[in-house]
Amino acid sequence: MTERIIIAGSGGQGIMLLGKILSEAAMRENKFVTWLPAYGAEVRGGTSHCMVVISDKEIGSPNIEKADSLIIMNGPSLMRFKKRIKERGLLIINSSLASKYKNIKLNVLEQPFSDIAVGLGNIKVANMLALGLFLAKKKVVSLKSVSEVIQAIAPDDKKALVEINKKALEEGSGLK
Amino acid sequence: MKKILMTGNEAIAEGAIQAGCGFYSGYPITPQNELIGYFAKHMPEKGRIFIQAESELAAINMVFGASAAGARAMTSSSSPGISLKQEGISYIAAAELPAVIVNVMRAGPGLGNIWPAQSDYFQATRSGGHGDYHCIVLAPASVQESYDIMFLAFDLADKYRNPVMILSDGILGQMMEPLVVSGELLVASRKNKRPINQLTTHQLTKPWALTGCKGRKPNIAKSFYLKEGDLEKFNLRLQGKYKNIQDKETRYEGLFLEDAKIIVVAYGTMARIAKSVVNKLREQGKKIGLIRPVTLWPFPKKIFQRLAVSDKLLVFLVIEMSYGQMLEDVQLAVNGKAPVEFLGRSGGGVPTEEEIIKKLQAISFKL
Repeated sequence: MTERIIIAGSGGQGIMLLGKILSEAAMRENKFVTWLPAYGAEVRGGTSHCMVVISDKEIGSPNIEKADSLIIMNGPSLMRFKKRIKERGLLIINSSLASKYKNIKLNVLEQPFSDIAVGLGNIKVANMLALGLFLAKKKVVSLKSVSEVIQAIAPDDKKALVEINKKALEEGSGLK
Repeated sequence: MKKILMTGNEAIAEGAIQAGCGFYSGYPITPQNELIGYFAKHMPEKGRIFIQAESELAAINMVFGASAAGARAMTSSSSPGISLKQEGISYIAAAELPAVIVNVMRAGPGLGNIWPAQSDYFQATRSGGHGDYHCIVLAPASVQESYDIMFLAFDLADKYRNPVMILSDGILGQMMEPLVVSGELLVASRKNKRPINQLTTHQLTKPWALTGCKGRKPNIAKSFYLKEGDLEKFNLRLQGKYKNIQDKETRYEGLFLEDAKIIVVAYGTMARIAKSVVNKLREQGKKIGLIRPVTLWPFPKKIFQRLAVSDKLLVFLVIEMSYGQMLEDVQLAVNGKAPVEFLGRSGGGVPTEEEIIKKLQAISFKL
């Protein structure tokens, strides 16, 4: 099993964090994992992305040409990455910030993560909703491991945010 | 033992701190800023010295001074910055001082861009500065190895009183991977704030260090030999040292070499990508192997010389994120006794698994 995931959105949406939480959970489950950030001269309001590879074998390239799964959190990222996915790959789109997208060769799931996050009380947990939905479809790591990571990495002064992040993860995993 | 998720850049810094690095100076440049950032944060906590220098030249010359005083000293940069350090590296080699220099390579020439590349191989292995000298050059291929190799780097530098260069690259530096840390993780031990003066610790084992010559003859660290014949004598001694290093310190990783018909040769990030191709093709029963040089200088010539004359071997394929630099070392080692093919990209492009497989198919078709 090797799962190659590209996560993209705009700066401030917790794109890197989503990738790091997923990677940390994979490490805790003793899987091989690599996380590669975009480290270019990105501009405010532009796209931000990271690439995560999770495998039960040693990983060669941390760079992903064609992903098994794409998690897209805004419109510009969809434009930039829509060709970087394999046929029949899983494409998760934050429909709050991206227009409708059709591609019969892909498994496209559109959910208004940002709107749902606002409903939960914090727009910033849109990333955890998307991660929840991704893990419901591709069980590369367990929701339990991810919850543990959220608990563990929250700094002392941010512990209040742990519950809403866990809630968003749970809620995301129940989306269709 | 602890398992943590870390970038290659941070792993190099943590490895260096664990290995007793007492002095670091550097100047920021992408893609190795996490390395400086990590030192800036953690060196003072351990009672060691961190200096953000005013330039690359200042940084490397501070390393000269700290090393002459007996410290385990280190600097780092990325390609354009490493070019600036070359004068200092030549002086360090000439003064026979140990030092560790990390190059997280990015694409060139010139200011180039910030993407990963392996196009500083010539500069590193042919010793970019002036004069007949060599750096020992080590090339890690994972976050774990980026950490582990720092212990070896400082040990070799001290043992041979010679600069050691680590060749990493943008991907290896930026990516995170699980890292198993052998000792107590220094980051996690902030409570233990007892400062360790690493400068003095390592001075004790370095009788040549400039520690103040009270009660003994002065020690001298210099690279200037004006008297007729002196420099030649010194150079011959240096050459003897390099010969000794070549005899004793070559390291490589070999995979499926004994029955391989095609042997892929790659180092660093490129080796990881090549290795997954080799493993994949082996599963399909293809007779393919891999040589990953860990020391780029001294280059592991002997394994190439042995395999080049074997009946089974048909061809070597060298893969680099450059237009053919390590290729020349392979050709020199093979010395015309076997064909050597090449695949390379540079400027930010990294040969993909698909491109490697395509190249291999083209080669085996020709065979």
